[in-house]
Amino acid sequence: MAEARDYRAIGTRPVRPDGVDKVTGRANFGADMNLPNMIHGKVLRSPHAHARIKRVDGSRALEMPGVYAVISGADFPSGAEGEISGEGGGTVSDLAMNIMARDKALYHGHAVAAVAAKTAFLAETALELIDVEYEVLPPVLDVDVAMEPGATLVNENQRTRGNESAGPSNIAAVTKFERGDPEAGFAAADVVVERDYRVPTAHQGYIEPHACTASLDEQGRATVWCCTQGHFDVRSMTAGVLGKSVGEIKVIPSEIGGGFGGKTVIYLEPLAVKLSELTGRPVKMVMSREEVFRATGPTSASHCKIKVGAKRDGTITAATAWLAYEAGAYPGAPVGPGCMSVFAPYDLENFRIEGFDVLVNKPKAAAYRAPGAPQSMHAMESAMDELARGIGMDPIDLRLENCADEGTQAPYGPVYPPIGIRKCLEAAKVHTNYTTPKAEGTGRGIAAGFWFNIGMQSSAEVRLSEDGTVTVMEGSPDIGGSRASMCLMAAETLGVPYDVVRAHVGDTESTGFCNVTGGSRTTFATGLAVVQACEDIIAECKQRAAATWDVDADQVDWTEGEAIPKPGVNIDVQPLSLADIAGSMGRTGGPILGRASLNAQGAGAGFSVNFADVNVDQETGKVDILSFTAIQDAGTAIHPSYVEGQMQGGAVQGLGWALNEEYIYDDNGVMENAGFLDYRVPVASDMPMIDTQIIEVPNPSHPYGVRGVGETPIVAPLAVTSNAVSDALGFRISDLPLSPPRVLAAIDAHEED
Amino acid sequence: MSKVHVVTSVNGEPREMLCEPQQSLLEVLRDELGMTGTKEGCATGDCGACSVMIDGRLVCSCLMLGVEAEGVDITTIEGIAEGSTLHPVQRKFLEHAALQCGICTPGFIVATKALLDRNPDPDERTIRYWLAGNLCRCTGYDKIVRAVQDAAAELAHEA
Repeated sequence: MAEARDYRAIGTRPVRPDGVDKVTGRANFGADMNLPNMIHGKVLRSPHAHARIKRVDGSRALEMPGVYAVISGADFPSGAEGEISGEGGGTVSDLAMNIMARDKALYHGHAVAAVAAKTAFLAETALELIDVEYEVLPPVLDVDVAMEPGATLVNENQRTRGNESAGPSNIAAVTKFERGDPEAGFAAADVVVERDYRVPTAHQGYIEPHACTASLDEQGRATVWCCTQGHFDVRSMTAGVLGKSVGEIKVIPSEIGGGFGGKTVIYLEPLAVKLSELTGRPVKMVMSREEVFRATGPTSASHCKIKVGAKRDGTITAATAWLAYEAGAYPGAPVGPGCMSVFAPYDLENFRIEGFDVLVNKPKAAAYRAPGAPQSMHAMESAMDELARGIGMDPIDLRLENCADEGTQAPYGPVYPPIGIRKCLEAAKVHTNYTTPKAEGTGRGIAAGFWFNIGMQSSAEVRLSEDGTVTVMEGSPDIGGSRASMCLMAAETLGVPYDVVRAHVGDTESTGFCNVTGGSRTTFATGLAVVQACEDIIAECKQRAAATWDVDADQVDWTEGEAIPKPGVNIDVQPLSLADIAGSMGRTGGPILGRASLNAQGAGAGFSVNFADVNVDQETGKVDILSFTAIQDAGTAIHPSYVEGQMQGGAVQGLGWALNEEYIYDDNGVMENAGFLDYRVPVASDMPMIDTQIIEVPNPSHPYGVRGVGETPIVAPLAVTSNAVSDALGFRISDLPLSPPRVLAAIDAHEED
Repeated sequence: MSKVHVVTSVNGEPREMLCEPQQSLLEVLRDELGMTGTKEGCATGDCGACSVMIDGRLVCSCLMLGVEAEGVDITTIEGIAEGSTLHPVQRKFLEHAALQCGICTPGFIVATKALLDRNPDPDERTIRYWLAGNLCRCTGYDKIVRAVQDAAAELAHEA
């Protein structure tokens, strides 16, 4: 059982080990790879949101000097089987068709062919010479339209899972959770609120476009360099799409320039391998920003209906949620986690949750930071705000009244171990930013956030060098400072200074299997493997000391980085430091290394409470965030600066989604804002400082009490913004984004009423 | 199309390069000179990851052609540190944990240096507006702004 306690290394804020390379330009990211004899690949993408592909002919392109190969769907094996491992889910077959269309193009930007040429410029020019004959079909672009009986079908063979006999449908799956008697609960309520909420399609918006380089040797073994959140999953997905075994593919991860879930899947890697196979040369492929928007990411647009009832004293008597999420062109919207998270902060007796995974002619949804939770919790946390107003209660008090605790059965099933939601709410209540009255004319909003966090598979090896330096080798791509966290946990466990430890992310053949850096699992699960591998080292060091002192290993203690005789063991020896033991390991039994591999359980749910003050310009509809406060339970903050960074970065991503970010489509399903000028992510001048307060309710499933922190921060800001804007305006706008034209239209409409 | 011979200066060193007429300065730096510290995030001048200085002025290298670099002084991220000594802006980015993934960092550091070269004592609002052309998706900007403030303070103290 981990308890809050004093640590030597954990909780300090050292410079990250990969830092210098990242401030000097030396760090190699996905597009920075170059190989001798390398050529370049580019993808031809469908100009139609929905079209039958009648013919793809690359012969004119192949005639061009410097063009080496053209591929299309026919070059890939059909009938791929199996499920994708890791966080994203879905089938290999859908993945294969998503990265290269076969019979039908299902969204604007869907890959239909690819070319390899001497330069990227030539490859792009050659794309114009690939002839594709389409039969254009009407697209279905909205979740409500797609669910209607008789709607245009994205896939004529798609049936609703569990209800296959009902015939083809755009509804791929329905999820239901129920407890108690919601109708009786509503009948017993003094106040009931009910409303519809819509959240638009948004992109993860990582600054680094997808990039990879593949080289196939004469034996058919492929090496792939790419930017990814999980190179072991890239290996299995690429193998699945190409009909190869994982043993034929080695994946070397570059540094990764952001992912937020969007780089847990693949788009280019099988194409590059195939082009390398055909040309006998290394092939590099880098997406443009426009391709990133049109063909990767995004997360689901959603339509949510929430109904909540409560007694005058604030006790919630019943709640229902109806959640419809757009999956894009293939099944797999994150509506399951949306359902499971919607009521997660609360202890409810009566509820019903229904979720729908719905196909539309948009890119296949990919994971995005707490996938599914921002949409459903935006709806619920907005409803809680309306409920608090309805019964005249402080919104924090209403949440405290219904707050889940250790022992509460979560709406999604398990009984909560120690969790931090109550402490977050209590901290918010007394926070100076909350006790200080808001300025005249401004609005204040508060909301809770939640994410499950996951464990999954991780491996780590720890090796001693003869001078006592420690090498940590693990397989979780470092997306935001995790090498520093690994070094801190290793230093803490071994009892050595932080700066003698170096953490490395190994490729698929130099380190043991690790699932993706996703699900807020890395510091928890890979960290656990690092700690266990260090314990392995300590056990071996005690053996070496015991042999040196001619005593039994159980007569040796390890403390403060040194082997010492146990109390009561009467020998006259000097302590042996890790460096002492490492220096003589050649004479005491050979190299010392520790290792661990595990499938981590008990990730520990993460809760947050956020609040903000906003100003709404009544003439332009522009919303300014005046202050923002993020409070979150981190279990134990290993490197507090990077925990704060997750909280601040997640908050601003959530604020971007709340304020401006949305995919805008024309009637033909063409995205009209596929660039950073028109898809407007927050810039520095849009934002205030983001105040943070880390709460530490240690996770009993981790030796240092770690719980994941990466995803929870994006969840609350959506409802925080809606609630604050509603407070400022005196009426509610339930749909996002709260962009100037939408807010202005709502103000005008309200004035007319 | 034949390539164009361009004579320029990169981080104080004279360089010659052969540019395709359509190649951006960013492409020339990365693909012809092998200087991959300057990053491409959008190639449309919206993200600032490719920020360099041309004769001391901050520009997006994706918006300038390589052939336009004839006779200018180019400063890239590779030229910010002096030998093995980090520039205070680089050091403060590290100390403040002002980067997570690090892809935008070269652009932010070049842009910050350009700011502090012209205005050694910027207030928070000035910093935020100056850096509004550089997108960071990881940090929420808080720690970046603090790193810039701290770097300015240190440089002022040194001066």
